[in-house]
Amino acid sequence: MRLLNLTAGRVSRHRRSKLAGLVVLLLGLLLTGGLYSLLAPASAEQTVSADQQVAQGRELFLVGCSFCHGQNGEGVRTTEGNQLGPSLVGVGAAAVDFQVRTGRMPLAQPGQQAPRKPPVYNDDEIAALAAYVASLGPGPAIPNESDYSLDGMSEQEREEAVVRGGQIFLTNCTACHNFAGAGGAMPQGGYAPSLHQATEREIYEALLTGPQQMPSFSNGSLSPDEKRDVIAYIMSIRDTPEYGGFSLGALGPVAEGLFAWLGVGLLVGVAIWIAAHTTRTAKEKVDE
Amino acid sequence: MSSHDDNLPVLEADPIADPGLPDHTWRPTDVDPAMARRAERQVAFWFTLSMVCTVLFFVSYFAFQVGDDPSTFFGLGASTLFLGLTLGGALLSIGIGVIQWARKLMGDHEIVEYRHSAASSSEDREQALAALGLGAEESGIGRRPLIRNTLLGAMGLVGLAPIIALRDLGPLPGDALDHTIWSKGMHVVRDVVGTRILASELIVGDLVNAQPEALFTGGPDGGPMEGVELQVQKAKSSVIVVRMDPDDIIPGKGREDWSVDGIQCYSKICTHVGCPISLWERTTGNVLCPCHQSTFDLGDSAKVVFGPAARPLPQLPLAVDDEGYLIAQDDFDEPVGPSFWERDSQ
Repeated sequence: MRLLNLTAGRVSRHRRSKLAGLVVLLLGLLLTGGLYSLLAPASAEQTVSADQQVAQGRELFLVGCSFCHGQNGEGVRTTEGNQLGPSLVGVGAAAVDFQVRTGRMPLAQPGQQAPRKPPVYNDDEIAALAAYVASLGPGPAIPNESDYSLDGMSEQEREEAVVRGGQIFLTNCTACHNFAGAGGAMPQGGYAPSLHQATEREIYEALLTGPQQMPSFSNGSLSPDEKRDVIAYIMSIRDTPEYGGFSLGALGPVAEGLFAWLGVGLLVGVAIWIAAHTTRTAKEKVDE
Repeated sequence: MSSHDDNLPVLEADPIADPGLPDHTWRPTDVDPAMARRAERQVAFWFTLSMVCTVLFFVSYFAFQVGDDPSTFFGLGASTLFLGLTLGGALLSIGIGVIQWARKLMGDHEIVEYRHSAASSSEDREQALAALGLGAEESGIGRRPLIRNTLLGAMGLVGLAPIIALRDLGPLPGDALDHTIWSKGMHVVRDVVGTRILASELIVGDLVNAQPEALFTGGPDGGPMEGVELQVQKAKSSVIVVRMDPDDIIPGKGREDWSVDGIQCYSKICTHVGCPISLWERTTGNVLCPCHQSTFDLGDSAKVVFGPAARPLPQLPLAVDDEGYLIAQDDFDEPVGPSFWERDSQ
């Protein structure tokens, strides 16, 4: 208190000096300028950049995507009324980030299902495309890292998440993606892909947006925490050693049965081979 | 035809003499004692290798950790892998040794056995019949009908004993199969977590595997149900909730108000043999059963479009409560799951 009083006293003594007005003016200008340089240019730069990003995304879109999705992302129908590419209005940035990051889009060729392949665009281009498609209509945004990342969870939190996520996974996901996330067949040549190449971010985005035939699990259907539990479970399957030996792709009875029958066939062949081959000699036995 | 008969060769008796069995050829180990000793060492080698494998089996059993922190070997469980490899090696080595022994060192006779008639000789058959006749005569089964009839009665009655035990399979289910735990106003909650579902938060394309709230509140002290009761109820009450574009839905007759803004609820139990079914394709609106590929079109009252199922999935009429959470208007209006004897075929 004493110190404060002292300072206040000093200031008040110079308060009526001739230069006081100038000093206050200078201080005010300095403060305003400083604040402006701290806050305003940053947001101004972002606005410009976001616009530029959308523009850049549109350029990329016109070259790489518009053939199927239309010049304004409105979708294209074939003369038979089938869909060449669906409308992208309202699919959101998350869907673009998922499809392009996993290489599913752009399609190499039309087919029942877009396969995962190495991505064609780099991170900046994907961000630009996502920004452009997001500008077409409101849709789910790219999730924050804190939504899907498992970093920073304590060992116990993670174990709890794996247990909860496992139950959610068994109820909602195994029907198509198999108990071990190995994927499975779907009607008309489609398939549910294996989950073991996908990153945490991609799994979250897939849940959020429901790519291709997959139903979506929006935040109203499965809360962000529950999504992260599912991710924790999928990661835990990946880390779990194959206790029982080779899992044969974890495809279950089909792969295992095939292996067993091929093995039995091989053994029958070996048994026949053994019975059919014995070395013989032209020599005669000499009795002692 | 007949013109060719002249060209047929004249048949001679036994044009080629029966050569009989080929001469026996000897194995190297039969004629060369050095080879025989070598084969002996080979057999002994395999048996010794088997012993080594078995010792390694013991070592693996104690050396590798199982349980919470298992030892691994290139991502495989080390214990299982090496127990299998060593035990397999031990058995295989014994097998190879025995085969080697039999093929190279054991006797090498060639034996011919001719087939015999399968029937017994007529002498034996007569003897057997005579013995039977003597038995019937001495027991007096023809002369003492009282004994015969009581014996038949005793045997018939004892046959009923296992049949009466079948009663334990009952009691008959009555109308238990016709109803589920769903009732008017019951909240639809997410499976596993048990949280209520806000209709406005679901987007088109969303799938929710859901349960009646009673499974989470109907147990002891208002807690979740447990044990057999939970399984019995859950087996019938599991549902899927999907939100589709209302334009893609043809509402069933009398079912116009069973959905909420394109949110529909169907039984998750396949009507074929009762597999849980939730493979929903959002673009076609078809839901597929993983067991036998029955496919139901949720855009058209879950009509069967493919597969062995005979009837559509039962639909649960939905509504929302004052706060916008999904509730059931009522129980299913037909039995869920596969057909059964007493079910009407409608």
